[in-house]
Order: sequence, then structure tokens, then C-alpha cells
Amino acid sequence: MSLASSFERLDRRWIFAITGVLVLLPLLWPLNLPLEPSPPVRAYHAAIAALPPGSRVLVSADFDPASRPELEPMARTTLRQLFEKDCKVVVVVLYQGGARFVDEIVQDVARERRRRDGVDYVNLGYKAGDEAVMVLMGQSIPNTFPRDHRGREVGTLPVMSGVQNYSSFALLVSISTGYPGTKEYVQQVQGRFHIPIIAGVTAVTAPTLYPYLQTGQLLGMLGGMAGAAEYEDLRYERGMASRGMDAQSLAHLFIALCIVLGNLAQWERRRKGTP
Amino acid sequence: MKREIPLFVTAAVGLFMILSFFVPHQVVSVPADFLQQCAIIVVAFGIVLGGANLLRVNLEAVARRESGWPYKLVLVAGLIVTVVIGLVEGRDFQATGTRSTWIYDQVYSSMTAAMFALLAFYIASAAFRAFRIRTVEAALLAVAAFLVMMGRVPLGGVLTAGLPAPFRVESVAQWIMDVPQNAANRAILIGAALGVMATGLRVILGIERSYLSGED
Amino acid sequence: MPHVEHGGADDGRDGVLGRAGLTATGLLVALLAPPAHPGTTAMAGAPPIVIPDTAARAAAPDTTGAVPGVPAPRPARGLVWKDVPDDAGRAVDLAWEASPDEGVAGRVDGYRLLRSESPGGPWTVVDSVAAGVTACRDESGSLQRDVAYFYRVDTRGPGGVTPAGSVTGPVLATSQWFNHTRWSVLVLTMLFFAFVLFFIQSAQGEGKKPFVRRIPGIDAIEEAIGRATEMGRPVLYVPGVQDIEDMQTVQSLIILESVAKTTARYETPLKVPVTYPIPFTIAQEMVKGGYLHAGRPEQYDPDSVTFVSPEQFAYVAAITGVMMRDKPAAHIFLGAFFAESLLLAEAGFESGAIQVAGTANADQLPFFVVACDYTLIGEELFAASAYLSGEPKLVGSLKGADLMKIAIILLVLAGCVLETFGQHGLTRWLATQ
Repeated sequence: MSLASSFERLDRRWIFAITGVLVLLPLLWPLNLPLEPSPPVRAYHAAIAALPPGSRVLVSADFDPASRPELEPMARTTLRQLFEKDCKVVVVVLYQGGARFVDEIVQDVARERRRRDGVDYVNLGYKAGDEAVMVLMGQSIPNTFPRDHRGREVGTLPVMSGVQNYSSFALLVSISTGYPGTKEYVQQVQGRFHIPIIAGVTAVTAPTLYPYLQTGQLLGMLGGMAGAAEYEDLRYERGMASRGMDAQSLAHLFIALCIVLGNLAQWERRRKGTP
Repeated sequence: MKREIPLFVTAAVGLFMILSFFVPHQVVSVPADFLQQCAIIVVAFGIVLGGANLLRVNLEAVARRESGWPYKLVLVAGLIVTVVIGLVEGRDFQATGTRSTWIYDQVYSSMTAAMFALLAFYIASAAFRAFRIRTVEAALLAVAAFLVMMGRVPLGGVLTAGLPAPFRVESVAQWIMDVPQNAANRAILIGAALGVMATGLRVILGIERSYLSGED
Repeated sequence: MPHVEHGGADDGRDGVLGRAGLTATGLLVALLAPPAHPGTTAMAGAPPIVIPDTAARAAAPDTTGAVPGVPAPRPARGLVWKDVPDDAGRAVDLAWEASPDEGVAGRVDGYRLLRSESPGGPWTVVDSVAAGVTACRDESGSLQRDVAYFYRVDTRGPGGVTPAGSVTGPVLATSQWFNHTRWSVLVLTMLFFAFVLFFIQSAQGEGKKPFVRRIPGIDAIEEAIGRATEMGRPVLYVPGVQDIEDMQTVQSLIILESVAKTTARYETPLKVPVTYPIPFTIAQEMVKGGYLHAGRPEQYDPDSVTFVSPEQFAYVAAITGVMMRDKPAAHIFLGAFFAESLLLAEAGFESGAIQVAGTANADQLPFFVVACDYTLIGEELFAASAYLSGEPKLVGSLKGADLMKIAIILLVLAGCVLETFGQHGLTRWLATQ
């Protein structure tokens, strides 16, 4: 039996096993491969860097534990950069299943940067309604979120003082895994309220947002773990995403190899004239 | 009348919401905001309906001892336990240290992450099985996939570091994302948007009415 | 920064302003007098009044908490206003000339904008901006439309707060009946509606179905059901993971009725797991309707449609369980899908079923194309109900959408040419707010 025929008959569990090993090994023994930030990532970083200190920023963290490896590093690094600029951060969650998890991330970074809840930042929590909530926030954010994640009235919080709607914010950061997310913000909010938007999305979603990046409706974008790692690199951090890129590199190489081997097997079969 | 009233309501509300996009006046915008808030409330209450069906179907299956009934029992028990614990813990059910938080962290988070992680393995097996180059289009697909996959990871940059900058795999991958991929995505977006509008128009005008009761 | 002009003079709203009736003289008197009664209105037909500040009228600075030895900043001047266009009367743009002390280091911290319903007060602070900023928008929730307000700008600094000598008013925020920046959307939408309605009418008039190219994916649905019937196994229909507000879900549920009719005719069991409660109830109606239209109402099984979970991966786990246990011979995935698409398709492939998928989520199409036998791409999903029913009205709407696509292509080409030659009119017309 030729090598190519063996590949044709290969039990897919071998492929699973090899994938697992290739992902695990670099996590134990890092390769520290160098990263080169791409233009959308640089633009994302620059958009936050250009904010005047003390600006108020709206962060819509619409993801759940499933997309944690890709989006949690983005969220953490973004919050760190915002807090470094003394920005007042208001977090909202429109993705069900994400509220508790996002709160954990926000509290963690805030504690690390010694930011005060209610004064320097607030997590308004989850609101059901998808795009309808986005549009209602354009009318009034305090009316849409009368209480924050902890049940406090938003009117009593210093960080929410003077907040009306999107015009009260210098920037909207949308970190999303799917629906509702960045695309809905661009369609429903950017066109109507003209707030600058930057986005952090999963690698699968990123290609569909390139048109908005090109037209300037999105000022910058982080795509998947690669984008998150490049962002960490720009910030001279070596976080979860950077460590994960070694594993992703080997996994991609293996998948590319699978494509080549699969085609080799097919060509050999054709060459031999067997169906 | 059984069909005419829903058709009329659909048409009236649909056309009114389209109008609200163009008319900012409070005569239109205030009712439109109210309707959007109603939609949020209806969606939230709908979960009660779904929960009731879930319980009914699975409890009946358990009672009839259908195949796999122990798993259905686990499902029902999980649903009831989570809801009861959440109700008992009240508004602060998401605070640190609560049982609801434990369920979220130890059960929900872990399981969703595990399911999502399956994609990595499935991608590899799908790539091996299905990326067969039989036509020119399939060849383009495979080559583009290869270049973008290698361009999006640092390993690709390392392997092509000796080439001039425009020919390195990360530059080629970025060009593929910025130009041909963008163009194709825009075309699909426009086509899909037109499809959505056409379907919406058919529903609003009552041309498409099969979503109503099947009885004529 | 909002572009602000002297309010009222150029926007044709003198008639509206005329409803506020306060004379210039009365305003002067009110400035020098104790706070006037609230709700004072301007004289009908009078333009908004800006009282130039003079040394005699400049109010004394408030030096409470001021840094000793630092003089209070000189006041800002020339406050003007403009009603924000294309809104529901809840915002006003204001601009002023900076304090002459702006250039002096440490003299000016910023400006405070105050509002009152009468020229003498009482004043409410509505906004506060940093030094260097000389315009802002009042869109606070307390601003009411068609109510006359007066505005004043104070200059803040370490030496105290100096009110401007001028008060601007009466200011009225008014609603507009049409958002002029959306003309292009209205024109294109009306054009689209016209195309669709024309072709529907003409198809109805002719009574015959307009030509539609063959869509293999849709033809494969019946083939898949036939295969399931031969193997004596059920058909699994997955209507996507989104709720009813997504048009893909609506379309999938419409197609479900055709599928149910076919499965009823072939007496093949149908399984429809659904994510959300509202699509669940509609799916039940569609399946019941399908069996009714096939003349087999007694065969309808209410438990063929089941509610699973709105949680994406719980839903996928349930469906893959159905695939493994019940081994449907045909899988039909039509609707909105996200990350679970590859899980469904690959698990389905392993079970040996024939698979037809369709979604308008472009990012999931590659996974379906790779793992399924047939894929409906983007708008082919929306064409499916018309294609399957063959009803002239529905097929006519497809032609209307196709003609709109041609119009968009021509618009894109025209825009490219114009932009190349530096003509931005078309692009500007198409940009909306």
C-alpha cells in the first residue's frame, strides 16, 4: 500500500491526536516566534492612543466563555490601555451568557490598575434585545440601563455623570464574538450617531468586517488570537494570546500539510486510474 | 379574519418601522421606540414558553422510558436546579461565591469552551478530507487558504523572512484579505441584503403568508 | 464639532420662533432685574436676541474657592445657537468665542454652559467643556422640544468663574419631519420596491412563472428527502440558531413548510430542533401546515418540532446527539449559523447523511461548502421559497431584486469613475446620518 493510499484510509482520530499534540507542546515549551503587527491592529492601538486623557469610552463586550481564548486577551489589553490613559470606561454586555464572565475580566483588570468601581469604570451588565438595545442606547443609556451589574442606580455613579447617549463617549470599543456585535453596531449606530468605533472580533468574523474597515466605518480591528497577540506585542506585553500563537502556528502548518497530503493521495489515485 | 388581522398588523407595523428610519419627528419616533421596547419584553418572556416545552417533551420521554431517558432526566434536573438556585439567590445571583456562579464557572464555561475547541479538530479533518483540487476554482480556494493560514501566524513570517516585504506571506495574506476577499464579501453582503429586503417586503405586503396558520 | 450659525436666521424657522414672544427691550430689562418668572416667551416674529456684553453689564466673577492672587478669567462672548437638523427636537448646537485669556497660561480651565427658561435665570448647568473647546451640543434629557430656552456660557479658571455678559435666546429645539441626509436611502428603497412590485404585478398578469436559473442546492432538498425515505430514516431540518427577528430564520421557516409537505407525501419522519421559543411555535405551525397541504394531517407529529436551547453550543450538542442516535439520512441546514456550522456539518458528514446547507452569513459559507453536499450561498437562501413554490408572485420578486442588483452595479461603476476624477457629489449623496 502506497503512502498516499495510507493517507486516504487514515482514521481521522490520528488527525485529532496529532492536532492535540501540536497545540499542547508549544504551550508547555514556548517557541517565542516573533510577531509583526498588521495595519488594522496598529490602527486599533492608535485609535486608543489618540484619545485625550480622561476621555469617556464605551466598551461593548459581547462574548462568552466559548470565544475566551480569542477575545479575553483583547478585552484585557484594551482595558489596560484605556486605564493607562485615565479613561472613564463604561462596559455593556449584549451577548447572553457573557455577563458574569465579562464582569470577572473587568474587575480583574481594574484591580490590577487600581481603578475605582463607579468612579473610574462601571459595568452596566447584560441587556436582552440585541439591536433594539443598541438603538435605545442612542436615545438614552441611563434609561436603557437604569441599574448597573451590581444593582446600583446609574444616576448615583460619578462615572455616569453627564452620560446621555453615544455622543457622551469619545470612542466605542466593540469586542464581539458574533451576533449581536460589531456588524450591528456599524449598521445601527455608526451611521446614525457617528461615534468612532474600533473592534475586536473572532478570526472567523474578521473577514466580513474588512469592508467596514476599508471605508473607515471601523477605525481599527483585532482579528482573532493573531490580532490579540499583535496588540499585546504593540503594548510590550506577553499575555495569553502571544503564548497561544505558537500553538496556532503549528496547528496552521499541520492543517496546510493536511491539504497537501489529501491532494497528493487524490492525485496518486487518479494517476493509477483507480476511482 | 383569522389571517387578515395578522396580515394587517404586520403590514402596518412593518411600514411604520420603515417610516421611522426617515422621519425623526416625535409623532413617529416615540411610538417606534415604544415598539422596540415591546419587542425586547416579548422576546424575554418567550423563554417561558420554550422552557415549558422543554420540560414537557423530556418529562414525557422519561415517563415512557424512551431510549436515552437517563440523559433527558439529567437535562431536566439541570434545568430545575439552575433555575431554583438562581431564584433563591435573588438579584445577587451573579456575585462572587454564589452557587449560580459556581455552576456558570465550572459547568457552563467549561462545556461551551470544550465544544468550541472541537472546531480545531474538525477543521483539521475537514481540511484533510475536503480540500481536493479538482477544478480551477478549488485550486484557487486551496492556495488562498494556504497563504492566509500561513500569513496569519508568526511562523509564516519566519519562513518567508528572507523575501522582499511585498512577497512575504503576511503581506500576501493581507492583500488577499484587503482586495479579493473584501470584494467577494461585499458582493455577498449586498446580495444577502437585497434578499433580506425582498423577503421583508413580501412578508410586510402579505405576499408571503405561509408563516401564518396553515389552514386556509 | 457642530457647525453653528446665528440661530434662526437661515433655516426658515422664523415662524416657529415667532411663537416665543419676548421683546428685545423686555429682555434687556430682564437681564438687569432679579430672576424673571419661568416660562417667559419671546415676542412673535422676533429674531433671537444676543445682547453684546459691555463692561457695565458684565456680572461679577464668582471667586469661591479661587486660587489667591490669580485673577478671574475674562468672559467668553458671542454665544450663538442652531437647532440640530434632522432630529426629534432634542438637541441644540451652541458655539461661542473663546475668552481673551485663553492664550494666557493657567488662566482658563474651561467653559460651563447654562440654560434657563427665562433670561434672568435660574440657571442650570447642562455641559462643561475643557479650555480650547468653543462649541458643544446640548442634548441633555431635560431639553424639551418647542420650549424657549436661554443660554449663557461661563468661563472657568483658577481665579474663579466669570459669567458671560451676553445671554442668547430664545432658543427652540424643533422636530423635523424628514431626515434629509437619508434621501439616497429613500430613493434607492423606493426604486427597489418599485422594481419588486412591478415584476410581481407583471408575473401575476401574465400568469406564468418568470424564468429562474436552476439552483442545484434547492433541487437537492427533494433528492435528500427521497433518499431518507428509501433508507427508512428521518430528515433532520435545522432552521438556524437565530431568533425570529433575523430574516434568515423567517425564510428558513417558510421553506420548512415545503419540506414538511414533501416529507408528509413520502411519509418520512421529520425532526426540527429549534433554538428560540417564537421560531419554535412558528415551526410547529409550518410543519402542521405542510402536512395539511399534503392531505396528511393525521400523520403530523407534534413532537417532531422540539425546543432545545438558545445557547449555541448546547443546541449543537443536542443536534449532534440526534445525528448519532437517530441517524437521519438527510440533513438540511438553512438559516443563520455561526461557529457551530462546522461542528454540525462535520458531525453530519461522519454520520453518512446527505447534507444541504444554506446561509447568508458569509463567514460560515466556507465550512458548509467544504463539508456539505450542496450549499445555498447568500441570497439563494432567500430565493428558495419562491423557487420551491413556483408561485409567479414570489418569483417576480426575485426578478425585482435582480434588477436592483444591476442598478447597484451601475451605481458602483459610476461612483468609481466620478471618484477617480475627483467628483465626490455622488459619494456625499449616498453617505447618510
